[in-house]
Amino acid sequence: MAVIQVERKPLTFAERTYIPQIIGGLKTTLKHFFAPTVTLQYPEERPEIPKGYRGVPTLVKDPHGREKCVSCQLCEFVCPPKAIRITPGEIPAESSSVHVEKGPQAFDIDMLRCIYCGLCQEVCPEEAIFLQNQFSMSGYTRAEMVNNKARLYELGGTLPDQHFKWDKKKAAEEHGNAH
Amino acid sequence: MFDFYFHLHLIVRLVLQSLAVILVLFPIAAACSMAERKISAWIQGRPGPNRTIAPIGGLLTPLGLVGRIPFLGPFLQQMGIFQLAADGGKFTFKEDPVPGHVNKFYFVLAPIISMIPALTTVVVVPVGAYFAVVDGVKVLKPIVLANVDIGLLAVFAVSSLGVYSVILAGWASNSKYAFLGGVRASAQLISYELSMTLSVLPVFLWINKPGGQGTLSLFDAVQFQSGVFHGFSLASLHGLWGVCYMPVSAFIFLVALFAETNRAPFDMPESESELVAGFHTEYGAFKWSLFFLAEYCHMIIGSAVCILLFFGGWNLLPWVPLATLIDWLSHFISFAGHPLFMGLVGIAIFLGKVFFFIFFFMWVRWTLPRFRYDQVMDLGWKKLLPLSIANLLFYTLGIALLQK
Repeated sequence: MAVIQVERKPLTFAERTYIPQIIGGLKTTLKHFFAPTVTLQYPEERPEIPKGYRGVPTLVKDPHGREKCVSCQLCEFVCPPKAIRITPGEIPAESSSVHVEKGPQAFDIDMLRCIYCGLCQEVCPEEAIFLQNQFSMSGYTRAEMVNNKARLYELGGTLPDQHFKWDKKKAAEEHGNAH
Repeated sequence: MFDFYFHLHLIVRLVLQSLAVILVLFPIAAACSMAERKISAWIQGRPGPNRTIAPIGGLLTPLGLVGRIPFLGPFLQQMGIFQLAADGGKFTFKEDPVPGHVNKFYFVLAPIISMIPALTTVVVVPVGAYFAVVDGVKVLKPIVLANVDIGLLAVFAVSSLGVYSVILAGWASNSKYAFLGGVRASAQLISYELSMTLSVLPVFLWINKPGGQGTLSLFDAVQFQSGVFHGFSLASLHGLWGVCYMPVSAFIFLVALFAETNRAPFDMPESESELVAGFHTEYGAFKWSLFFLAEYCHMIIGSAVCILLFFGGWNLLPWVPLATLIDWLSHFISFAGHPLFMGLVGIAIFLGKVFFFIFFFMWVRWTLPRFRYDQVMDLGWKKLLPLSIANLLFYTLGIALLQK
């Protein structure tokens, strides 16, 4: 490796008095004094959340308003801190999406346990659970910190869906070429 | 109009005057704490305290109502004015426990002693001037509590007593951090007192002509800087401010002032990252706020003295003394010649300069890192002291040659 000889000049008299440096420093701080502040006035101003941010896990619906979760319980299984608790149930016969057969009766995510790892989102075969841009969860009691199904859908909203796989499956069944 | 005032007993008048000065000095010192926080914030790119607002209802109703005035209220809130009131209330009313391991008498005495020199020195500091008619002659008189000839000597003598409060606080706290702070304070303040005193001597060498009546009065120091322009001659020197022809003296005085007031980069007695909070580690609530106020009072008095000696006192610009300014103003304003108006203009100019200096103190605080202890001693004894002696010799010889 090449050795670079750095020439170290002795300090000049002005530098040794330290005064030019102080004046330079004063200039810098004065510049910052007049510069606009960089602080965000937090509760009123919210930061812009970048795309792909992994905030609070939420459940989403498809554009037709059907809940996408089929309560396969893979997320519950994969969840490292065991924050997810699902009670599976059948979809009632009068529902328009009865062909999906299963849906969660109850879906609780304990946000005191959640570590925001995103494994639930990764493992979900239905693309039903997403870590979205909500970053602050707070409450006065432990019970408040458990997101139930209603709250999870409220937080999650609707996300665009490219596949509509259950509709395709239903259509295929009706045309008699299922499987 | 103000005759009834002059018919009052002298002592009553003096007490009223002192109260007036304290009533101005105290709020300014308190406001300095908010200025410190705001200036720190702005230099660091933050907005600073801007949330607090007084509630409507309860004792703070007047403040709360002021806070609801459109534009003014939110502006005051942004400037942290209500935070100041909240801080003051907190310091006054919160519990003030005395730790079990301290020497109680001296522990309580120290903050009291810290206030005494801070408020005493202001007695001899003139803040403005006005024309009074004495025996039919217009005489410029200072606005000062006591226009004594020992002026500056009194300031030095009393203000250096301030170190006792720091040492006493450090020692009485019976805690190693407070003790180290006290020890550092004593060494530092004594070291810089020397260069400070030597640096102001040239000012009074200029003022005191051989054979004339000697004076150390701060008013005379300003009078010496209140001349008008006479062309390029020695007489024009009177109009210039001290800093123009004694820059080294002014510089040494300013550096020593930073050290004397325990401000960064010389805040060795506090050095919050090394000694917790230095000499006031064990203090809280009202006693702590007294130390805090005393520090700001020292800063105000220190910058006042610096302005009087080197920055022209209540004169607006070099060669534009207050009297000239008032003459000029009287062309436009009918009552400009009134002593009251002149006094207020003088005080306004003077306070403006003081505020700039306080800003400068805070500005430097966020510019320079704290010196190491040995660097402080090195700077004080090996650099500033020889420099101030050389400076004194230079001016002694120079003045001797000029005034021969």
